[in-house]
Amino acid sequence: MVAQMIEGWNLVIGIEIHAQVNSKSKLFSSSPTDFGSKPNSQVSLIDAAMPGMLPVINKFCIEQAVKSGIGLNAKINKKSIFDRKNYFYQDLPQGYQISQYKDPIVGEGFVEIETENGQKKIGVERLHLEQDAGKSLHDQDPNFTFVDLNRSGIALMEIVSKPDMSSPEEAVEYVRKVRSILRYLGTCDGNMEQGSLRADVNVSVNKPGNELGTRCEIKNLNSFKFIHAAIVYEAKRQIKLIEQGESVNQETRLFNTQSGETRSMRSKEDAHDYRYFPDPDLLPLTLDDDWIKGLQDTIPELPDQIKERFINEYSLSSYDANIIVSDKATSEYFEDVVKNRNPKLVTTWVTGELFSILNKKNLIIEDSPITSKQLGELIDNIENGKISNRQAKEVLEEMCESGKGALEIINEKGLSQISDENEIESLVDNVLNSNPENVKKYKNGKDKLFGFFVGEAMKLSKGKANPKIVNDLIKKKLSQ
Amino acid sequence: MKDSYTLKSLAVLLENNKISSKELTSEYLKNIENGKELNCYNTISQEKALIDAEKSDERRKSQNLRSKYDGIPIGIKDLFCTKGVTTTASSKILSNFVPNYESTVTQNCDDAGLIGLGKLNCDEFAMGSTNKTSFFGSVKNPWKSVNSDNELVPGGSSGGSAAAVSGDLCVASLGTDTGGSIRQPASFTGTVGLKPSYGRVSRWGIVAFASSLDQAGPITKTVEDAAILLDIISGHDEKDSTSSVNPKENYYENLNSDIKGMKIGIPKEFRSDKLPASTQKSWDECANLLKTNGAEIVDISLPHTMSALPAYYIIAPAEASSNLARYDGVRYGLRVEGNDLIDMYEKTRSEGFGDEVKRRILIGTYVLSSGYYDAYYIKAQKIRSLIKSDYVEAFKKVDAILTPSTPSTAFEIANEPSDPVQNYLNDIFTVPVNLAGLPGISIPYANDENNLPIGLQLITNSFEEQKLLNVAKNIEETINYSETPEKWWLK
Repeated sequence: MVAQMIEGWNLVIGIEIHAQVNSKSKLFSSSPTDFGSKPNSQVSLIDAAMPGMLPVINKFCIEQAVKSGIGLNAKINKKSIFDRKNYFYQDLPQGYQISQYKDPIVGEGFVEIETENGQKKIGVERLHLEQDAGKSLHDQDPNFTFVDLNRSGIALMEIVSKPDMSSPEEAVEYVRKVRSILRYLGTCDGNMEQGSLRADVNVSVNKPGNELGTRCEIKNLNSFKFIHAAIVYEAKRQIKLIEQGESVNQETRLFNTQSGETRSMRSKEDAHDYRYFPDPDLLPLTLDDDWIKGLQDTIPELPDQIKERFINEYSLSSYDANIIVSDKATSEYFEDVVKNRNPKLVTTWVTGELFSILNKKNLIIEDSPITSKQLGELIDNIENGKISNRQAKEVLEEMCESGKGALEIINEKGLSQISDENEIESLVDNVLNSNPENVKKYKNGKDKLFGFFVGEAMKLSKGKANPKIVNDLIKKKLSQ
Repeated sequence: MKDSYTLKSLAVLLENNKISSKELTSEYLKNIENGKELNCYNTISQEKALIDAEKSDERRKSQNLRSKYDGIPIGIKDLFCTKGVTTTASSKILSNFVPNYESTVTQNCDDAGLIGLGKLNCDEFAMGSTNKTSFFGSVKNPWKSVNSDNELVPGGSSGGSAAAVSGDLCVASLGTDTGGSIRQPASFTGTVGLKPSYGRVSRWGIVAFASSLDQAGPITKTVEDAAILLDIISGHDEKDSTSSVNPKENYYENLNSDIKGMKIGIPKEFRSDKLPASTQKSWDECANLLKTNGAEIVDISLPHTMSALPAYYIIAPAEASSNLARYDGVRYGLRVEGNDLIDMYEKTRSEGFGDEVKRRILIGTYVLSSGYYDAYYIKAQKIRSLIKSDYVEAFKKVDAILTPSTPSTAFEIANEPSDPVQNYLNDIFTVPVNLAGLPGISIPYANDENNLPIGLQLITNSFEEQKLLNVAKNIEETINYSETPEKWWLK
């Protein structure tokens, strides 16, 4: 339906990502930033904008922003300026937000995403630092709004893309990629549920060959699902308007996560005049080359590089490599397991069985009940033929439940395969000798009985015999 | 000021046990009580000051002094946040505000053992040059014209700080200066007022007016006292990002009046036909005096001087409009309930701010608005740069610049011009110094034909407070200005 509706139209999508800087203290004060603390328990005099209070830049946040800039292949601006964005609201204590307007700390860059048609470069316009506001609680009292200032002053990075995306899928891929890079860098935890990373999406539609359409901005999307759904809805809404001969108004819209619809929040005419001007309480921020170079040296291997290495080193498919490197913890886990083991087997077990367990238990890999070392041990036992794949699955489940090691469970359950040829030969002889009729029938052309002999032999071994050896031996004996 | 107390003389009296801190503090509290008519103090810290004085006396007994000046009481402009003591900025909107923190400057004073007598009246949020914009009413100048019994303005915005020193309601005080708010009232009251270089004194904990211009400084009876108090309050503060890391000097210890070989600039743009003859005469005389004392007088030009006032009245209100946004009735200070958030904002700020503050918020909001920003704010910033470079050029040729502090002496409260622009002209000689971030000092030179003090201003390059104080000391020593106001309020 969606595809049909959009067919014949171009989508132009640009995204602003608001990523909370991973930092123990706020952008301009030393208050802690822990999520979920008691309301107003993380508020300094500065965060509450008491008279005479002054902001002092948190150097660590600057470091994090510059690292993020490097990760986004972007230009680091050696001089940047903090501005005041003036507006009144109950959860904005200063009456202005300190942000960067004309001179952001990071300039143009790009990220690469995977699309149906291969790799695509998405331009990054800029990254700037700004303060978060507090939180208004409208549901605590029938007559009053309550304000929690714990978030007030927390450092955010606003990452503005160029309008380079042309489908909801690309938009989601872009946000995924930026999130992944920030998580690799440790500059943002990327936790979308807690609001550490959210996106404002600009959408416009136009007929190929025509001028760009009027765009609408959809604010505050905090999951990949919502980003996708909001773009689809918004594109359809705009197309319908145009097809009905109406025009699209430039406006800011909100996405209703229940109904999946967007609704108007404010039009361009109602837009605030923020009266930006350089914050006189802060000097321009200047960075020197040596300092930037020093940071460059601390940048870890990023997903694109790791992906390429995995493909070269372990012969992973681009698809598998993409899945594994999209998350830093996963790629580290994978790399721990794959050392000196069969990469194909390891990939299957990590992206297959392990992922399905984590999914079922709703866990992230950092909290996996199976450590990389434990999974490695299990895979070793498959590789050396001690257990079959099927048995290994059983063992893995047991490992999850009991926390015991693979070998311990194999021994306890007596699961280990019989791979001794002499032992299996006597089993096979036993089966053939006790079923002379069937042997005769088989030799007369009833091929299907082969499975019967294998089954009998396995039964006799209580399932422990190595099925491959059983197969081979039966085939050999019956052809004699 | 031979016969009255100074920080220097009080330190000696205390050291020799001629007087205790408690006695001294009581004496000043009595002066304050008797001088209520001057309306200098918004808050008198009677109880706290006496307790602090007793503690100082104990420290003296146990030879555990915080500094030589331990136990001397001073006055504090009601713009410095003081822990547990109401801090109002002379505004209704903060009339109930009691900070739970101490500004860096007043903390520095406390660390030196100085005692706060109370909070001095000033123009509302330091906006004004007559002290008439205070929510608590005008401060009265201790001086009166010999020809009239009418009350005079003390100048502003640090009018209470200047009048209190002049009228002996404290020996020294703290003020702040955004466009002349220390120097102009000092000039109107025959006191010494020093505005340090921008960044020399921490702004942390001072209610902000215009952040890029605000600077705290002392108002005292002598240049020596100005050096002493500057020693106490100045220095780097990591809580203020605009605070300078330049090492500060020991201003009092290094104070000397030797000006031989120095070059003193007289800027031609400060000359005006409108300048009262007595002020012009003082200015000329002072130049001659410096020449006699071994300095060379050099005519200089500061070509953009006349653009300073318009630029200032764009930049300062622009910053103020943003700085004052926090007084919104949400977290502290006055709140007037409304039907909704916007209604509450409007009612609170309509009732909480006075006319001059509202005027400047409106101007500031206007000049920052989109479509006007480039024409006003950006242009004003360009003028500011030009003014700065005027001074950079000038200080290649001269060590210090001598000008009048104000275009007139103190005028009658009743005669304050109704046109705000006329009032803004009070700051015409002081404003360029703030725009350029330089240190400036106003010292009393002589009295005019009405027996009202005339102040002269000295300006030096950034962070050359020592040189500034030395030249001022030279003048002070030579003229030995010793006029004091008749204490009419005691009758």
